[in-house]
Amino acid sequence: MGPNVIELDNLGYNYGGGELLSDVSIQLGSGSFHFLTGPSGAGKTTLLKLCYGALTPTSGRVRAFNMDVRGLDRDQMAHLRRRIGVVHQDCRFLDHLTLKENIALPLTVSGRDIADEEANLRELLSWVGLTDRMDARPPELSGGERQRAALARAVILSPDVIIADEPTGNVDWEMSQRLLRLLVELNHMGKTILVATHDLSLIRAAKNQVQARVLRISSRQLQLAGADL
Amino acid sequence: MTFLKALLLGDAQADRVVPPTGFTAQLTLFVSGAMAFLCVFALALSMASGRVADRWADELARAATLRINAPAAQKAAQTEAALKILQQTPGVASARALTAEEQAALLSPWFGSGLPVDSLPIPQLIEVIEDEAGYDATGLRLRLQAEVPGAVLDDHARWRRPLVDAALALRRLSVVSILLIGGAMAAMITLAANAALSANAQVIEVLRLVGAQDSYIAQAFVRRFTLRALAGGGAGMALGMIGVLLMPAASDEGGFLTGLGFQGVGWLLPLLIPLLGGAVAFVATTRAANKKLGELA
Repeated sequence: MGPNVIELDNLGYNYGGGELLSDVSIQLGSGSFHFLTGPSGAGKTTLLKLCYGALTPTSGRVRAFNMDVRGLDRDQMAHLRRRIGVVHQDCRFLDHLTLKENIALPLTVSGRDIADEEANLRELLSWVGLTDRMDARPPELSGGERQRAALARAVILSPDVIIADEPTGNVDWEMSQRLLRLLVELNHMGKTILVATHDLSLIRAAKNQVQARVLRISSRQLQLAGADL
Repeated sequence: MTFLKALLLGDAQADRVVPPTGFTAQLTLFVSGAMAFLCVFALALSMASGRVADRWADELARAATLRINAPAAQKAAQTEAALKILQQTPGVASARALTAEEQAALLSPWFGSGLPVDSLPIPQLIEVIEDEAGYDATGLRLRLQAEVPGAVLDDHARWRRPLVDAALALRRLSVVSILLIGGAMAAMITLAANAALSANAQVIEVLRLVGAQDSYIAQAFVRRFTLRALAGGGAGMALGMIGVLLMPAASDEGGFLTGLGFQGVGWLLPLLIPLLGGAVAFVATTRAANKKLGELA
């Protein structure tokens, strides 16, 4: 495992007048694979948002690529987000764009010409098995297609870290295995992966494919859930 | 220049990331068009009233009228005496008695043509033109009073000043109207931009999540609203100019109510209206976008 790319140091986060996370510390080394698990409402999504700067901690510190996230201005935050690919549970697509345009959105907003990236885009669509759906609009896609498209969008800028929030939450077993294989592939390419899931069967299925660590949120605290898989 | 090119040509990819918003698009187009239309008329009124004020000031400032009210038998003698006095008065460049035809022409708007001036007890009018230095009106009146009892000097100041003041006030009012139109347009476009930004809060969130800088997001909105204002302003200006073209041309009979259009290079001035509208929209949307993006951060 390489140097830490994301570090959470004694992190606390209050929500709705109560303490959701308390004294949370983790380090995600470069090229590592982590699962984040815990019951619904435990704060998995919140913890992920704190990792990529969408939320500001109440206490403690988040460091990404050796930068204190709290000290970043809005432009620096935009650049940070290009280094962290995020797969949201609800995918967050723009419904007026085609699937291909949605996947290419990180390229578009970073000022790159899609025409120059056409080959890479097609390769990526092929990798997630969506070549024949590239002109479809998001509402026309199935749950599995949406998740794979969200993964493709998250990796199009070849970020160092990929964070996925319940990527298999709305798909069947077969599709969840397919998504897992894609995440493992990315990890083998050297990407740091952090996956929030409440699906323990997914974690068990990953056992034979990757060396992953399992973190569990319970009672506002983060714990290492047993030995490495 | 690069910025202007980027604004006008745009980026087809970037333009697509913000969904089209029918309501705000129509509102911006309509407001810009209506404001440009009104602005053309305010500008025309401003320029026409300016011209009228200048003309009245120039034409009347150096002219005066001497009226000889005398019995028919004495009229010629008093006229001659008055002309003699005027020729001797320092500051008077020229003085001449109006002919019977000229006096009849002055009365024809009221009495029609063919008026028998000779048979009517109409006073004789003398046109007095002063030179650069001007004459002493009080002194001239005193002398006329002593030597030509029926002479009354009217230097036009009594009615000229209020007319010039009214024309200048009308011009000021037109300029204020143009400023108010610009302000109202800025306010309406700010409201429309805010509505569009609020309606697209989720789009903005997604764009930020995939690494869009705020300047990129703001530009997408600013470009859209600026181009709409330019288009609406262009259409409004064209309609306004057609309206001005259809106004009656200037004529002596129509007086102030005609000739409200533009003259000469003045016809080029309305071309600035869409550009100014675009500039107003650009500033208003930039401010609204930066404020809203700050709130959404």
